[in-house]
Amino acid sequence: MKTVMLTIEKKVTLTIDGKKVTVPEGTTVLEAAKTAGIHIPTLCYLEDINKVGACRICTVEVNNRLQAACILPAEEGMVVKTNTSRVRQLRKHILALILANHDSNCPTCIRNNNCELQTLANELNLREEIFEREYARHVDDMSPSVVRDDSKCINCGRCVSICNEVQTVGVLGFVHRSDRTKVAPVYDKSLAELSCINCGQCIVNCPVGALREKDNTDLVWEALADKSKYVIVQTAPAVRAALGEEFGLPIGTGVTGKMVAALRRLGFDKVFDTNFAADVTIMEEGTELLGRIQSGGVLPLITSCSPGWIKFCEHKYPELIPNLSSCKSPQNMMGALLKSHYAKMNGLDPKDIFVVSVMPCTAKKFEVQREELEVDGIRDVDVSITTRELAQMIKEARIDFLRLEDEHFDEYYGESTGAAVIFGATGGVMEAAIRTVADILTGQEIEEVNYEFVRGMEGVKEARIKINEDITLNVAVVHGGANITALLDKVKNGETDYHFIEVMACPGGCVNGGGQPIVPDKIKMEINVPVERAKALYRADSAVKRRKSHQNPMVKKLYEDFLGEPNSELAHKLLHTTYVNRQ
Amino acid sequence: MKQVHEVHFITELFGKYDGSSLQSYLEAGGFKPLQQLLAGGSEKILKEIDESGLQGRGGAAYPTGRKLRQFLSEKAPRKFVVCNADEGEPGTFKDRELLRRNIYQVIEGMIITAVCTQAGEGIIYVREEYTNIHDHIEQAIESCYQHNYLGKNILGSGFSFELRLFSGAGSYVCGEGFAMCESMEGKSGRPRTKPPYVKQAGFLNLPTLVINTETLSAIVSIIRHGAHEFRKYGTAESPGTKLISVSGKVERPGVYEIPFGLTINEIVNGLAGGMKNGKKGNFVQIGGASGGILPARLWDTKYTYEDFSRAGMSVGSGAIVVADTETKLLDYLKVVQDFFNHESCGKCTPCREGNRQLRIIFDKIAAGTATAEDFYRMEIVLDVMGSTSLCGSGKTEVVPFNTAIKYFPEEFAVFAEFEKRAVI
Repeated sequence: MKTVMLTIEKKVTLTIDGKKVTVPEGTTVLEAAKTAGIHIPTLCYLEDINKVGACRICTVEVNNRLQAACILPAEEGMVVKTNTSRVRQLRKHILALILANHDSNCPTCIRNNNCELQTLANELNLREEIFEREYARHVDDMSPSVVRDDSKCINCGRCVSICNEVQTVGVLGFVHRSDRTKVAPVYDKSLAELSCINCGQCIVNCPVGALREKDNTDLVWEALADKSKYVIVQTAPAVRAALGEEFGLPIGTGVTGKMVAALRRLGFDKVFDTNFAADVTIMEEGTELLGRIQSGGVLPLITSCSPGWIKFCEHKYPELIPNLSSCKSPQNMMGALLKSHYAKMNGLDPKDIFVVSVMPCTAKKFEVQREELEVDGIRDVDVSITTRELAQMIKEARIDFLRLEDEHFDEYYGESTGAAVIFGATGGVMEAAIRTVADILTGQEIEEVNYEFVRGMEGVKEARIKINEDITLNVAVVHGGANITALLDKVKNGETDYHFIEVMACPGGCVNGGGQPIVPDKIKMEINVPVERAKALYRADSAVKRRKSHQNPMVKKLYEDFLGEPNSELAHKLLHTTYVNRQ
Repeated sequence: MKQVHEVHFITELFGKYDGSSLQSYLEAGGFKPLQQLLAGGSEKILKEIDESGLQGRGGAAYPTGRKLRQFLSEKAPRKFVVCNADEGEPGTFKDRELLRRNIYQVIEGMIITAVCTQAGEGIIYVREEYTNIHDHIEQAIESCYQHNYLGKNILGSGFSFELRLFSGAGSYVCGEGFAMCESMEGKSGRPRTKPPYVKQAGFLNLPTLVINTETLSAIVSIIRHGAHEFRKYGTAESPGTKLISVSGKVERPGVYEIPFGLTINEIVNGLAGGMKNGKKGNFVQIGGASGGILPARLWDTKYTYEDFSRAGMSVGSGAIVVADTETKLLDYLKVVQDFFNHESCGKCTPCREGNRQLRIIFDKIAAGTATAEDFYRMEIVLDVMGSTSLCGSGKTEVVPFNTAIKYFPEEFAVFAEFEKRAVI
């Protein structure tokens, strides 16, 4: 019998703006106010991540004393006032102090109209610059993925907490003190020189424009204008689940059809789906897994789709490099196939093909530049842009996104299954792999395809899947650096018996990638963004007939006509890669 | 003016023994208070401290007895007593004298505090700038270990206490309890958010009692002579004696132990030998860089917690910096501001950005370009810093500026003057 522990939660009742509020003990005044429908302004605060009380914009009056609501535990009988003239005045003045140390050249800022500082200045009715401006001018744009602009940084420390606590990458921190205080990579080096994994979680959690992706849209425009180039675009699964947000659609709206239409308007010669390559990945990686299990190879096999995770592994767990799947990520499989099979099929010179990938990810920009990722001197992918950059291009091209009629991906490389589209959520690669591997191992078409236990936002998900009497697959799914570190330490010490682990660098997987639309913390407090975006992917999965990668007719054809078997010599040449010990 | 004399309650043993020899400390009556504790139990000692009315000498003036009892009620397998010898407050050097001339009493104070609060480990956090006395302190700790005043089963009492020295790295903010804990953990000295408090989760997130060097010394003297002897000095609200550090334009700068209740005049013109070279007094700054500015016309103010509080300032660290009329107030404040702009940890907006703006304004004053608008800005900065800073450092930094504005409004007329000139 299961023992159920009942913990009786102690409650406290306090008064906020004249309203009685009862909350569990330990709740902050900020959170308590939220339950009463009162939004206390925040800047440095990041729910569950950055509670440091540094910016002081959440100042409130408590029993006639001024306190920071984000770090103040609610107490019985407390009387909180969040909207007195004194509080409003102080907030304005604090904001004015922050603005004086910030390059407030809003119209040219990447975060114009999506900036928490700008929004606050507006909401708090700050209409004058009280103080003299003085701000740093340094920009670090040497990384292929992440650009840091000190002139915009407000020292809130969100990126520092994300990088250290959530991702356990630890390349950002505070240096110096007083008015010389700044956020900087260790030793004041460029992010490009460090163990930064390019995940971009710092970008999507920055309240202002101090962090942004390296903008590569100019390279795409250039290629589109070049008549000698055959420009192909491919889009990752998670992009379609978030792109709509950039055009005002609710979080979790799938916009595949409009996205395809927009890409055609932009002038791409072909619009293909990275999902096709995701199906190929399952064929290759599934075969690799079975091979390793059957031949006593290195286990657990660990997925290699997430370039942030790959760099993390190369820096921090080089001893696990033999465990990494040799499969390239879907992005690069796609590129390699387009410049070999597709080129041959259409009589194109691979050198004339320019492959653009649209990714929810900033680490993909680093990945496309990796030395290993080319075949016979031809780069797999030429340029990778983020979901945000694509939205930017659509806006710049003055395309009315919301009024576009849905269109379909182009044939062959636009064909995919439900298994591929869920790659974008944590657990998706695992679920897709199980769907195929189970069929192969049992020699049957298993009807059940929903493996709920690998879905959801839990940091580490584990399962023992009994395929038949002889075979039980032990699997784990992990996402976010801190969870990865915790799990891999166990794997390293031989404390686990997994066969297969899916690892995604970003918390929640690609739907919450560093290249996705940036959602202000105020909204993140209300909506679980990765969950909503993932729903769009699972809806897309259940809407299609073919939900297993090996059922993709074009993938079958690709193997019959060109690659031969999964893991064949040609497949290895085009679709597999090697890694580097960066320790 | 009546004759003023120093008293020697806490500093009783200064010069009475060879400060570096445990043997001579014992001969001078050292460690008898500890013996009293080990014989009579800690409750009696805590009661004595309660009755003495001793308040923390680091600046916060929290009742020491209450502080020790609160710490006693924190239960954990490891608890730390940390002697705050960071003494980073400008114009303050009394702890240096306690460490230099009577280190054994500080150590005895730590042992007594540890026994009374059931803490097994101690650290003397000494400011980096006191490098020249680090060896002296470590030798004293070593001697105490050799004679079982420290270590396992002290004097057969069954109580063990491990003590070591930790050198700061020179940051002012590390005098604050949490910043000090961060520093000892090898991190940048930046305050943490409260709650939990240092006493609950300080060094290594374990219960930690941070207590000032002078407070520890006073505890020993109070036990030695009894609370009633201590209370013979001072006033009802400010009982006992206080070590003050007098510096600036006086004939005899130095550390003095005074009974609470002397006037500033008595201190400056009595104890410290009067203004240097017979110059005219202008103002004093009381209690450190974040202390109040008191004009010479108010030097009959008594040196007590209550009188200072009425004047908008506090005893603070016990520093008194004396300025004559050749020192211009705004020049002096610029130096104070430079200090804070160097030492602010930079974590919270009000202190980091406030100091930036104050620097800009004081630079303009120095350049003769400050306007009435700058004065308006200064007032806003002082308001925001004083009311919303994260830690006490930012909150109290405004005191010298606010008291200067209060007592010397005419000095700030320069802003309006510049404005007039600018219009012309």
